Formats: sequence, structure tokens, C-alpha cells
Amino acid sequence: MKATCWMGTQQVQVVDVPDPQILNPRDAIVRITATAICGSDLHLYNGFIPGMRRGDVLGHEFMGEVVEVGSAVRTLKSGDRVVVPFPIACGNCSQCEREMYSLCENSNPNAVMAEKLWGYSPAGIFGYSHLLGGFAGGQAEYARVPFADVGPIKVPAHLSDEQVLFLSDIFPTGYMAAEACNIQPGDTIAVWGCGPVGQLAIASAYLLGAERVIGIDRFPYRLRTARERAGAWATINYEEEDLHESLMELTGGRGPDSTIDAVGLEGHAPGLHGAYDRVKTALMLETDRPAALRQAIMECRSGGTVSVAGVYGGFLDSFPMGAIVNRSLTIKSGQTHVHRYTRPLLDRIERGEIDPSFVITHRMTLAEAPHGYDIFSHKEDGCLKVVLAP
Amino acid sequence: MNSRAYPRDRQVEALARGLGWFSLALGAAELLAPERVAAVIGVRPQRRTLNLLRAYGAREIAAGLAIFAAPRAAAPLWSRVAGDAVDTATLLGWSADADSDRQRLGVATAAVAGVGVLDLVCARQLQDQAAGAPPVSRRVHVERVTTLNRSVEDVYRYWADFRNFPRFMRHVESVELLGGNRSHWRVSAPAGMTVQWDAEIVEQRDSELIAWRTLPNADVEHSGTVRFTPAPGARGTEVRVALDFAPPAGRLGRSIAWLFRKDPDQQLHEDLRRFKQLVESGEIPLSEGFMLWRPGQPVANPEDVRSLAGVRS
Repeated sequence: MKATCWMGTQQVQVVDVPDPQILNPRDAIVRITATAICGSDLHLYNGFIPGMRRGDVLGHEFMGEVVEVGSAVRTLKSGDRVVVPFPIACGNCSQCEREMYSLCENSNPNAVMAEKLWGYSPAGIFGYSHLLGGFAGGQAEYARVPFADVGPIKVPAHLSDEQVLFLSDIFPTGYMAAEACNIQPGDTIAVWGCGPVGQLAIASAYLLGAERVIGIDRFPYRLRTARERAGAWATINYEEEDLHESLMELTGGRGPDSTIDAVGLEGHAPGLHGAYDRVKTALMLETDRPAALRQAIMECRSGGTVSVAGVYGGFLDSFPMGAIVNRSLTIKSGQTHVHRYTRPLLDRIERGEIDPSFVITHRMTLAEAPHGYDIFSHKEDGCLKVVLAP
Repeated sequence: MNSRAYPRDRQVEALARGLGWFSLALGAAELLAPERVAAVIGVRPQRRTLNLLRAYGAREIAAGLAIFAAPRAAAPLWSRVAGDAVDTATLLGWSADADSDRQRLGVATAAVAGVGVLDLVCARQLQDQAAGAPPVSRRVHVERVTTLNRSVEDVYRYWADFRNFPRFMRHVESVELLGGNRSHWRVSAPAGMTVQWDAEIVEQRDSELIAWRTLPNADVEHSGTVRFTPAPGARGTEVRVALDFAPPAGRLGRSIAWLFRKDPDQQLHEDLRRFKQLVESGEIPLSEGFMLWRPGQPVANPEDVRSLAGVRS
């Protein structure tokens, strides 16, 4: 079959690899009908996540048709149309029982590597480095899905692939980020990053009762989508206006009640602040560039919540711990516990409360994946979200 | 949680430190009072001789500091061995001079040679330790613990049937029950070897503890205990395993010790993780890219993935 493989930093190729086979009784094989490039794939593409190996099949947002199930899978059969959550979870361990699926204690065969970097191992993730399992990903024609009796959710025929595909990651991710803000009536939420997750975090904040949501980015086309499609009440282009002054103006000097970092480890900032992290990462004195996270902490009102949906991989410095302690901020984060959200969010889509497909800007064949990575990474051609059809 | 340091390692380290102090003392004497050193070893205190002694003193101090900086490293001791050779050659050269005291020089040369032997022994032992060669009487103790989201009874029942071990113990090929508390074990060893032993249960308390030890003539003599205790607040069952490997005997014993010494701790940690995966989820999850040994892309033959991960189908 054809699969999108990581071949080195900023090198992605679609190559022929063997078809996946059942390896364990709880596996299923899915013929992929739609798959997307995630903003977090760009961190792999740009070489920020350790534990990649040339030839790794990328992709953790995918859906399709079940074509084979292992001997222990009773909940699925060939022909079922399913969306697959990006974390792999056994459903039996104590973390899964608490619905903390991205912390599954059993699904990472390479747990020992993750323990060295992070202390304990989280769940395995499709196509997201050997630290997180070394699982072949879903930007391919077929994928093997472990613990298929727990993760995949069957979707009704009357909803299109594009309407439900994002249940695999970015819709639950934006939703969980907004949910972490514990939104109260009248709240204003500020969202750093108007990429796909930021857009869905904005929309989700409104679903959860926010009064006003402010989108922050530096690309006008993304800010326009935030206003016109996700429903942001206001947007701030931090390269054109002073971020702090604008937030003060928009919130009557109170500051946003909660802030969401939907940027992650490749953050940008104007001037010295941004240059600082570029120099530090180039000299390998820090692994991540946490410009957005620092701002999300500094701008959040006292006693508010900073919700971190963006991916960080290693170590940060100049982290404003003093602001967190002295202003009683709460930091909430985590890889999304997707399994917890697939059913309720599918219901919201079915009821017409939201159609997450509004983020899609580019539709391509699988063979065009390298071009998709290129324009998504360089923010060219108004690229916000690329969906591939194998 | 650790394999305890073996006493002999500490003896060698103590010897290295002793030689370090010797270096510092001799170096200080040569540097600060070369005339008195010259008198003791029986050479005439010419300016050239005194300067040479000062230079050697500086070298001794450097060697002493290097030893204290890394008392388990062999390199500083090897540098001392080289220094001893230079010293010996210098002393022999002086003994050819007419105005030297041959008797005193003889004693000094013998002393340097004696210290040289100690340096050599110490350097070689430190080097062996660094290379991982098992000291002859090493005893290894390993302990690990994990928690399973299952009742004590379930976990105990699975463990108590030793025939399950090959499913989660990477190196255990088969376990055969012999009746009467005894079992026969076949375990894979490096270089395609298989080692075997008979074991007997020495204590067994339902849902609480199993203790065993090997019978005479075991290829790998050891004893072990596994304890099962309920975790607080219905958090499942804590499983604690302790293993003691006896001093290995003979060449076979040495190679096995080598295997376990590599990281007995990590091996037990991994085996317990597999035990948890198997009991909780019913299988040991497999990925295409196990560790960093192959890319995360599908394989033509599933057995390739299983054998890399050491999982029996």
C-alpha cells in the first residue's frame, strides 16, 4: 500500500510499504477513506519531537471502513464505518477506567523510552514517534488499529467523512481545551493560535457558554476564519498591535478569565522575546519555544485557568512560575482523552450544533501529502487544514 | 529497586583512593622539598636534579587529583603506571652516577616498583569493572514493583500458574510442572544458549506470597519471592518481586551473570510491565516500530515484529 513516511527533517515521501496485518487479538484493520495532517504533525516534520526514525508512517487523524478484525474484537465487524481516536487505549487499566485515555498504562510498547524523558509513560499514539509507541500512522491506505474494541466509534451514513473526521483529534482537542477553562457565565476566553485546534477551541468555548472569545494569531486569513467561521468576538494580530494593550482594551482591564494555548512548542513572538527562544533552541539550551505559553500565563487574569492544548515535548526556560504562584493560576493540560468525547461530540454534530469541517482549506490525494505538509508548514496558499483522500 | 554494589568493587575503589593520597603526599614532598627527597633517595641535589624532582612532583599531584575526580576510572591509574616506569628509569640512570648513594637508590627503586605493582593491579581491576566483567563472587539482588487494576485473587491466580511465565517473561522459554512443588525451567541465554534449572516452592500463601529457590545443579542458582498486597483505596494489587542470584560458578555461570548484570533491574521492570499488560488487557501490545530497531511501518511478516519485541504468539 501507499503510506506517507517521515524521511528526515522537512522530508516527507509517499512510498510503498507492506499492507498492515493483525498482530494481536484486539486489533482491527481499517481501509482509510479520509485522513488529515495535524498541526502537531508539523512538530515531527520540523524535527522538534525526539524518537523519530526514517520510514515512520505518519498520521493520527483518520477514519475509514473496517476490513478485518482480530479474534477478540466483538464490537466491530467488516464494513463498519469508523473514526479512530489518535491515542491508543486498552480500556482496562486504572487510567482508562478514570477516562484518562491518553494516559493508558498499557498501550505504549516503548514505555521505557518515554519513562526516561517524562518520568512515566503516557498512552501510545498513532504515527507520533517511537517515544509514543512506534505505531504506524494513518496517512496511508490502511492502518492497523490496536484495542479496536475500545477506540473506534461507528459513524452514521448520513454524515460525510469531512463532518466526522475531526472526532479523531482536533475537535475533541479544542473542546477539551475549552472544557478545562471551567467556563462561567460572562467569561471571556483568549485563544493563542488560530490554527485548526484554535478554531475549534473558539467554537467549543461558545458551545460551553463563553460570553466572548478572542482569537490571537499573526496570519490575517486565520484571524478572518476565526471571526467569520468559528465565531470569535474579536481577534488580535500580535504583529500589528500590542497584544497586552489590546487584551486590556477588550476586557476592560480585567484580562481574559481563561487563556488557551493552541500553539505549542514552535511559538513565535515579535522582537526580543521570540529571538530569545530561537537562539536558545538553536544552541540546544531549551528544546521548545514557549512564547505563546508565557504570554497565555502573563495575560490570564488572576485566579484564572491557563489551558494548554498545544504540544510541548521537552524542557522550557524562563517559565513564569512566579506569576502562576502569586496570582493563583491553574494550569490544565494533557494529550486529549479523545475516547471520552467522541460520543457526545458526534451527538453535537448530528444535532447540527457545529460542523467542524469549516476548518478545511485543502483537499488532496494521498500522493500529494508532501505538498500538503509544505504549504501547511509555511502557511502558504491560505492553508489551514489539509485533508487527504487515499 | 537496585542491584547492590558488590563489596569487592569498594575494595578496589579504596585502593585507588589510597594510591591517590600517596600521589598527593609524594607530589607535595617533591614539589616543596626536593632537597630532602634527594637526600632520602641518595642523589646529589644538583639544580637539574631538583628541577626534575619538582616536575615529577607536579605530575604526581595531577595524578592524585585525577584519581579523586573519578575513583572508579582506570585511566588515572594507568597514568600512574606510566609514571612509575619513568621514575624507575630515572632512578636507574642516577644509580650510574659516581656521586650517588647506590644503597639508598636501591631501596627507592624497590619502593617505586612495589607501588608500581599496586598501580598495575588497581588499574586492571578498575578496567575490568568498567568493561562489565563480573567479579568472581558477585551476588545480585533485584527488586521491582508494579500495580495491577485487578483483584489480589486474580493476579495471584495468574502468577501461581508458572506455565504462564513464557507469555510475559522475555527470556523464559518454557516451564514444566514436575509435581510436588517442583518445576523445570528453560531460559534463553546469549549466543543462542539455553540454560535450565529445577526449582521448588519453599513457601506459598494464597493470594499473598510465593517464594522459590533453585535445586542443586541449576545453571543459574537463585531464589525469589513475589508478594501480592491490595493497593489502598481499591487501586488494585501491588506485585513485588525480589530475586537473588548466587555467585556464579564456572564459565557458564560467568556468562549468565553477564546477561543479568547487563541490567537485571530493567529486565525485571519490563517483564513486570508485560505481566500487567497481559493480565489487564489480555495481550501484550505490539507496534511496528518496537524501540528504535525498525521504522514504524507495517511488516510483511508479523513474526518479525514479535521476535523483536520478544513476544511469543
